[in-house]
Amino acid sequence: MTSIIFRTATRYMFPPMLVFSAYVLLRGHHYPGGGFVGGLFAGSAFSLYALAFSVAEARHILRMDPRDVTAAGLAVALLSGLPPLFSRHAFLTGTWWALPLPSGATLDIGTPLIFDIGVYFVVFGVLLTFVFSLGEE
Amino acid sequence: MPILLSICFIAAVLAPLVHRLCPKYTGAKLLAAPLAMFVWLLTKLPEVGHGHSITQSFPWVRKLGLEVAFHLDGLSLLFAALISGIGILILLYTQGYFKGDPRQGRFLMFIIAFMASMLGVVLADHLLLVFIFWELTSFTSYLLIGFNHENPAARNAALQAMLVTVLGGLFLLGGMILLADAAGTWRLSEIITRGHEITQHKHYLAILILVCIGAFTKSAQFPFHFWLPNAMQAPTPASAYLHSSTMVKAGVYLLARLHPALGHTEEWTLILTTIGTVTFLLGAIMALGQHVLKRLLAYTTVSALGAMVMLLGVGTKYTIQALSVFILAHAFYKATLFMVAGGVTHETGGETSVDQLGGLRKAMPISFACAVLAGLSMGGFPPFFGFVAKETWIHAVWDFPYLVVATVIGGAAYVLVGFSTGLKPFIGKKPEGLHAHEVPLSMRIGPIVLGLGCLALAFACGPIGHHFVQPAASAVYAKDLEVHLHLWAGFNKYLVVSLVTLALGIGCYLLRPFFVKTAAALKPLAKFGPDAIYQFKLDATLRFAAWHTKKLQTGILRDYIRVTVVSAVALIGAAFWRAGGYQGWENLSPISPRVAIFGGLMIFATFATVRSKSRLRSILSLGVVGFCMALLFTFFGAPDLAMTQLVIETLTVILLALAFHHLPVFRHGSSKRTRTIDAVIAAAVGVAVTLLVLAALDVQTPTPVSDYYLEHSYKEAHGRNVVNVILVDFRALDTLGEITVLAIAALGAYALLKLRPKKEEAEK
Amino acid sequence: MEVVLAIVIGALYGGGLYLMMRRNLIQLIIGLGLLSHGANLLIFTAGGLRGDVAPILAEGATKFAVTPADPLPQALILTAIVISFAVTAFALVLFLRTYQTVGTDDVDEMKETDT
Repeated sequence: MTSIIFRTATRYMFPPMLVFSAYVLLRGHHYPGGGFVGGLFAGSAFSLYALAFSVAEARHILRMDPRDVTAAGLAVALLSGLPPLFSRHAFLTGTWWALPLPSGATLDIGTPLIFDIGVYFVVFGVLLTFVFSLGEE
Repeated sequence: MPILLSICFIAAVLAPLVHRLCPKYTGAKLLAAPLAMFVWLLTKLPEVGHGHSITQSFPWVRKLGLEVAFHLDGLSLLFAALISGIGILILLYTQGYFKGDPRQGRFLMFIIAFMASMLGVVLADHLLLVFIFWELTSFTSYLLIGFNHENPAARNAALQAMLVTVLGGLFLLGGMILLADAAGTWRLSEIITRGHEITQHKHYLAILILVCIGAFTKSAQFPFHFWLPNAMQAPTPASAYLHSSTMVKAGVYLLARLHPALGHTEEWTLILTTIGTVTFLLGAIMALGQHVLKRLLAYTTVSALGAMVMLLGVGTKYTIQALSVFILAHAFYKATLFMVAGGVTHETGGETSVDQLGGLRKAMPISFACAVLAGLSMGGFPPFFGFVAKETWIHAVWDFPYLVVATVIGGAAYVLVGFSTGLKPFIGKKPEGLHAHEVPLSMRIGPIVLGLGCLALAFACGPIGHHFVQPAASAVYAKDLEVHLHLWAGFNKYLVVSLVTLALGIGCYLLRPFFVKTAAALKPLAKFGPDAIYQFKLDATLRFAAWHTKKLQTGILRDYIRVTVVSAVALIGAAFWRAGGYQGWENLSPISPRVAIFGGLMIFATFATVRSKSRLRSILSLGVVGFCMALLFTFFGAPDLAMTQLVIETLTVILLALAFHHLPVFRHGSSKRTRTIDAVIAAAVGVAVTLLVLAALDVQTPTPVSDYYLEHSYKEAHGRNVVNVILVDFRALDTLGEITVLAIAALGAYALLKLRPKKEEAEK
Repeated sequence: MEVVLAIVIGALYGGGLYLMMRRNLIQLIIGLGLLSHGANLLIFTAGGLRGDVAPILAEGATKFAVTPADPLPQALILTAIVISFAVTAFALVLFLRTYQTVGTDDVDEMKETDT
């Protein structure tokens, strides 16, 4: 598995894959994509890295334990459900704010986006927990 | 009433805490709760005595029409006063009985909870509320009988009492539902005014039988009587309280309560009189041969309950009057005798047999005095209240000669038991090595109050009859009665019978050793009794459970799959059979070439996976199936799914490759026969599922919920990708649940792989 | 069209269950994989096939011109795919540990609860 070609390819593929996963996550509300697929893409990038080099090196560039990422993702998803409570809506009701941008346009930020980011990190963390634990066997 | 009841329940919950914080005089502190109830009941006495009743209710579950309703009339007042009054004395007694025992708090909790439940039974006006409290008394009784849970006999007795009474409770529930249906109301106070409609109703007999089974199990009537003597495993305060003066009377209470609704028919009289008389005589005769103090008392309790049911069954105004008097008299003398018996056993270091006791009068003079008072009252000697009860009773059944005979026989047994428990332990010569001293003050108060009560009630029987008995009897009879009780009614035929009974009883007492010997000789017969039948049935149930567990739970995955799958296929097949097979062939849309090609490829890959002999080949063909899935998703307008499926497929292959490293090659083959059977089953599943999918397509939802999502996705949730909007907005809570599941699965896998016992690490 | 998918689903169910009835742990996992494919496809097909238009609103439009594919089963399946991946992975880990602890990968031998 650890051929030179595979390693080199992985080294060059790795950053674009992460960028692509973020892109998939953010476009998900309007086009195919979203937190689930995005998280899987990001997870695949790290899995490939672990296969090409080693789990230890993949852990090193991640810098965090994937379980912590999972927990953080869950917390983000959970917290994204709280804002509507202040306006007497049900938990997790979609709430939107319009942010004015310097260029004059507005950017719509909503709790569903934050929720999707939470999903992204949960899926990412879960996937890597599996892959890293199995890879270290 | 609800407030006072709640106070009792709160007191129960607080009991262990109170005992832990200041262990001295816990019983005395907690008796405030029953005392409050008792005092309140006494203040209501004049009002209820004039035939008024008090109702309090508030809604509980509005949608179901449930309400918390309480009702106080003469009958409930009599019972509630007995429960709370004796409850006060029992709490004091408990304090002495469990002195220095760390379990005292727990016992107090159980017994106060029981008391509150029992008060609930007699005060509740809504049938379901009665049922709830009724079951609570069974439950607390279970805890109390099994209080010495380290003793297997206590555990068995507790289980037996629980099974019998709860089983009866189920019958009762059925009866109650039918009753409420027949009467058109759940309120007891209204049901009892509709006796005419209920007895004419087509379900009347069913209601009567169901309610009777419920009441008979609770009140230990033949053939369910066996649990009560066994329940004597409970600590004495519980026996004295639950199993003589209160809980076992719940069945009698219920029958008395429903007498206006269900009574005055031939069926009522037949069932209650027969069962009641049989129980009365059986209990009395069985008591003759006993020598254990508490069992002697238990069998006479069975007998007394039988007598109550019998009197209720006859249902004339005199028998109902006699019933009310007898309930009062019985509660006083039986509770006293139990408490004294418990005291004797307690102070002699655990001696329970009457024959091993004697000559305690010097050591325990006060207990002796109380026991004599109660024992004579039980025997029906003048001038005790028991005598008044017996006179009223004989008067009431005078028109039924066989009941008079039964009364004489039973009465004689009561004399014997009264003597054996009230006199025998205290007189005569003290056996060698028997040391005893008087019980502490807290254990004396109860017997003194109740023992003197046996005497005092007799002398005050005029006012007692007017204020207590008359309202209660009127409530049972549903007509206003005039009750006049006399201690001395003059020399008449009833007195003669009464005296004959006493003489016979004294004779029996002298012959007691003979009865005990006979009982011992007849012991082998017990294996044909109801107790043995109960045991046999219980064992059979357990054996059946063990047998079918062994048959069904083979531990082999294949067997589980086979059973599940074959049942599912059979059910689906049956559904198609009833519908006349699949009908929609002509409605199917035409087949496009690309779907046909990739569908065919998928089927091929599936077979390749199944047939494959090597790990790598099966993983790869599984991958082919997955990629074809992704393609199919793109063909039918599901780009999100296609994307996800593709990534997942890649990851699955990676993961399997990582793990297969550690797993061996395929090396276990099944026999050809097994493979053939499995293949047939698998083929059947395939066909069934195919047909099921086709049939599911014909199901039309009137307004699909997805139309709403398509309509509102952009307008309200600012999203063009409806699938994503459903996931993160419309059904975000579901998604939250799903990612939580994912996180838990990952943690589980991590724990399995990383957290191992230290020992195993060392072995490696 | 539905007929093809229905037959595919039937094949996936049959094949999956057949593999789960074999004696090797790995075959059990692969069977589980086939079965989850079958279940996902079953939900997808039973929801009704409405052509190849994705339920994604075109730029600038506020209404769908053509009725698109049903989004609800898609949302269900999307999570189901990820969940079944997690199930497969968890089963894999569980079987691996079982194999290491019990010392056999023969499903038929794993009958006792306390080995």
